[in-house]
Amino acid sequence: MRTEDLIKALDADTSSKAMPLRSAWWMAAAAAVVIAAVVFFLAIGPRPDIMIAMHTVRFLLKFVFTIVLAVTAFGLIRALSTPGASIARAVAWMAAAPLLVAIAVALELFMVPEPMWGTRMVGSNMMICMGFIPLIGIGPLAVFIWMLRYGAPTRPVLAGAVAGLLAGGLAATFYAAHCFDDSPLFVATWYTLAIAVLAVLGALGGRLFVRW
Amino acid sequence: MSGKDEAELSRLMRAAIAGDERAYADFLHRIAAVVRGFVRRKIVQGGVDPEDVVQETLLAIHVKRHTWRQDAPVLPWIYAIARFKLIDAFRRRGRRIEIEIDDIAETFAEPETETVSERDINRALDGLPPTQRSVVSSISVDGRSIGETAARLGVSETAVRVSLHRGLAAIAKRFGRQ
Repeated sequence: MRTEDLIKALDADTSSKAMPLRSAWWMAAAAAVVIAAVVFFLAIGPRPDIMIAMHTVRFLLKFVFTIVLAVTAFGLIRALSTPGASIARAVAWMAAAPLLVAIAVALELFMVPEPMWGTRMVGSNMMICMGFIPLIGIGPLAVFIWMLRYGAPTRPVLAGAVAGLLAGGLAATFYAAHCFDDSPLFVATWYTLAIAVLAVLGALGGRLFVRW
Repeated sequence: MSGKDEAELSRLMRAAIAGDERAYADFLHRIAAVVRGFVRRKIVQGGVDPEDVVQETLLAIHVKRHTWRQDAPVLPWIYAIARFKLIDAFRRRGRRIEIEIDDIAETFAEPETETVSERDINRALDGLPPTQRSVVSSISVDGRSIGETAARLGVSETAVRVSLHRGLAAIAKRFGRQ
């Protein structure tokens, strides 16, 4: 088939329509939030003393970390799924969540006496954290990988990893409402590990499923 | 590439997305030339046929045109897709080397084979279900319109449009999977 002939076929298909990628990403985000919420409320739900916990800074800080991660990852993944889009700015913003966590960890180390550091870090339910963040995040991750297939990422593995970070940020935001361990030392260790699991799964998903 | 080209291409693409077939044909012809120049500059040694990459890029541009933001410049978007497809072509070539012996044997047996029939896109076209294949080749190779194709195959124009769209999407996907 000559290129000229191919152009005839493409031209005849002008009328076929697809939703603009940008709108599709917002719909995917909404769908992912609903999926995460359903899994969260069915599987664990918020902790019983959440009304009291909401008055403590450490509890609220967890949401700051996770929401900042989700929002910045959302910005980056949209850029990554658009060919030729500049990603430098979105990449720089990805430093925000780790930076906030690092500051909170430093303050925590300053405020909490040294003998208690270990207890704060190990917490009371790290295995639940390690299990439920990936469990809540796996549905959203599938949605985001599907979206990467709809888009056109020129770096599928990186885009997949960012999809994992986005799913992780979202899942951790819900999980934080259940989790009794509010110390930044706990969050910096176990939340990070759980989110990293999703990032690795996402990179793998990008490698295997995002071909175009 | 001058700013004038960019502005003109963006305008054509916007018109095409709004459904203007003539603007789209114009856009695709210009893009083919741009991509051909780019690919030929990049392929310095043999192994990858530039025109195969041009065709793959055009198909990808077509099936992924919803990823272009209408307020963004169109050329960086086109070059990013062309670059991705070029790398993909090299990657595939590297992978195919082990099975090359058969190909060489065939080339020696049939030295007169037309280059046209060796196009990657023809292999992809041959892999389509019969209806999609006949619709796509009727419109492309035979140059028939949607209406003529519908009359010839005895189906509705809508059915032709659907088969054409699915066929093109399937060819594009096949390239990605190889």
